[in-house]
Amino acid sequence: MRNNVNRRDFLKISAGVAAGTATAGMGGEALAQGKPAAGFAYKPEKGAKLRVLRWKRFVQGDEDAFMKNVKAFSDKFGVEVRVDNEGWEDVRPKAAVAANVGSGPDVIYGWFDDPHQYPDKLLDVSDVAGYLGAKYGGWYPVAETYGKRDGKWIGVPLGAAGATFVHRISHVQAAGFKEFPKDLGGFLELCKAMKAKNTPAGFALGNAVGDGNSWVHWLVWSRRQDGQREGTRVINSPETVKALEYAKALYATFVPGTLSWLDANNNKAFLDGQVSITNNGISVYYAAKTSTDAKVKALVADIGHANYPIGPTGKPTELHLFSQAFAFRYSKAPNAAKAFMAFMMEKEQYEPWQQAAIGYITQPLKAYESNPIWTVDPKHTPYRDCVKNMTAHSHAGKLGYASAAAMADFIMVNMVAEAASGSKSPKEAAERAQARAQRYYKV
Amino acid sequence: MRFFDNRNTLGRVFMLPAGVLLLLFLTYPLGLGTWLGFTDAKIGRAGEWVGLDNFQFLFGDSVARLSLFNTLFYTVVASIGKFALGLWLALLLNRHIPFKSFVRAVVLLPFIVPTALSAIAFWWLYDTQFSVLSWALTRMGLIDQYIDFLGDPWAARFATIAANIWRGVPFVAITLLAGLQTISPSLYEAASLDGASEWQKFWYVTLPMLTPIIAVVMTFSVLFTFTDFQLIYVLTRGGPLNATHLMATLSFQRAIPGGALGEGAALATAMVPFLLAAILFSYFGLQRRAWQQGGNDK
Repeated sequence: MRNNVNRRDFLKISAGVAAGTATAGMGGEALAQGKPAAGFAYKPEKGAKLRVLRWKRFVQGDEDAFMKNVKAFSDKFGVEVRVDNEGWEDVRPKAAVAANVGSGPDVIYGWFDDPHQYPDKLLDVSDVAGYLGAKYGGWYPVAETYGKRDGKWIGVPLGAAGATFVHRISHVQAAGFKEFPKDLGGFLELCKAMKAKNTPAGFALGNAVGDGNSWVHWLVWSRRQDGQREGTRVINSPETVKALEYAKALYATFVPGTLSWLDANNNKAFLDGQVSITNNGISVYYAAKTSTDAKVKALVADIGHANYPIGPTGKPTELHLFSQAFAFRYSKAPNAAKAFMAFMMEKEQYEPWQQAAIGYITQPLKAYESNPIWTVDPKHTPYRDCVKNMTAHSHAGKLGYASAAAMADFIMVNMVAEAASGSKSPKEAAERAQARAQRYYKV
Repeated sequence: MRFFDNRNTLGRVFMLPAGVLLLLFLTYPLGLGTWLGFTDAKIGRAGEWVGLDNFQFLFGDSVARLSLFNTLFYTVVASIGKFALGLWLALLLNRHIPFKSFVRAVVLLPFIVPTALSAIAFWWLYDTQFSVLSWALTRMGLIDQYIDFLGDPWAARFATIAANIWRGVPFVAITLLAGLQTISPSLYEAASLDGASEWQKFWYVTLPMLTPIIAVVMTFSVLFTFTDFQLIYVLTRGGPLNATHLMATLSFQRAIPGGALGEGAALATAMVPFLLAAILFSYFGLQRRAWQQGGNDK
């Protein structure tokens, strides 16, 4: 009954939001300006209809549970909701077109910095985000980075399709490592030893939107020192060159052909036993678990998951496919749209959904760390921390056109691939990437 | 109704629907695309006129320059390949072979299968880990390591070109076959009586009679190849190291996932002069009557 909000609850929640934001420092701008943090109440317009666009599920359970939650929303508030599913890479252009022409879905579940491309076309959802943050232990810092712009929330983070270093436990042990290394040096040693045992690692270096971007950003940011603020835009730094030298050494231990790898290659190669370490979502483990092929099924016990090693920055610098919901100003039912986004993040909906998606989605709200999905199988646990360990792909830079364009143009992926494969020296690769990035960041 | 009695007026009225369609679905999008190329439009934000800024930007961009090279290389090599194989196939199919119509239908298959589907098939053929080709060659003992079809820049260029040729040959072959069948047998008879060899018949009868068709087919083929998108998008996404990025794929990457509509449009607009050149070449060059009659320009 948590969602039947009456007036008294509303006051309580508002107070909670105020307290929450004060302690967590969220909405600090609003408080500083003497405005009370906005409260949130479920007040969808009567007879409203919503159109929702989301990315097509990676695992069936996700869609089933999502639609169950949608139905619960419709039943409870009498709001008709139509959900369209699109391939995950098609959501971004569709959302952009909707923003451009000013009509289309009311709510879109998009990726990364989508809302920052057209912030003035979006509803201010500070009330929803403030309410959820206060109720569920606060947002992880990176969720705030992606969801907020100029002190206002323009997106309601949904979570990230997290990745870990998926590896074969027996092969790691055979290479002389009791457990998976937690630092860059140890990781390189491991990959070298694994190569010597003919059980190599492999990471995508082709124009792979998900897996390619994910690990190369981690690799470069793992050496970036704090204090490099926006405006300096120093991709071409000594730290980056060091990271690229490391990439080169690492590449020497890879299975051949990673330069051509797109998102699906590493899954296939891992399940076939040709690669013993790669970065991936929980889908590989899930595929092995549900496989009817005895050879693949036998992998289940041997698959291990480890969070990305930590570099000299001493902090995790992972990047994962981050998704958030945003609603457009053109919506005829803005309150219903907000209610929908909030409803889907409430515990009654979110936890079962996360479970149905077998941990494919890591939460942006701290409270969901306790979701049993993360402990029911110890191999799920590393995925729990994916969003906590995330660094935004823009690093210290501002999210917007430039950050989206730079990532879409594979500047980081190309830089690492060039240096790793030896087609350019690390210094040249960094200079080239800097030149390419500067063109986008010039405005 | 005196108005409709006038033949000219009536003619114009009948042409109106076609004119409107052309204007609406061809001229307008093309005009809009070109205009966008001169603006700094971003997705979700209308642009302002920036003149040649986008083109200047692209000219200074190493990836855009590489994509121009890739596109030209891809088009030239693939078109030559398609022409040679297509003509050869057409000549073969023009003979009396058993199950003629069945074989002709089969030849069309690569053209009928949706590109995205055949591209996926090629993706499997070229996969670095699971390539059937590599597997077969290793089994035969010819190679001891899998071929990195899509992981090496030059190998990837040729691999994508091969896939494009495979897909494009049927179109060329079947159209040229149609052209071959319009050549009157009496010409060959006359040539035989004059004592012409098979080669001379081909050179002095078949080829000249075929040039108008060749001009049309190759114009289309060059246009299709130059603007290819799906094959690259499925196979490599423009990788490795942007070695297979064509102008069309890069234009999409910049405009839609990258959000820089103006820049993407400029890149697409930059393709137009090349396409026009191809069309003009075919129009003014290959269609000259003098050539078609086996003579030279006067």
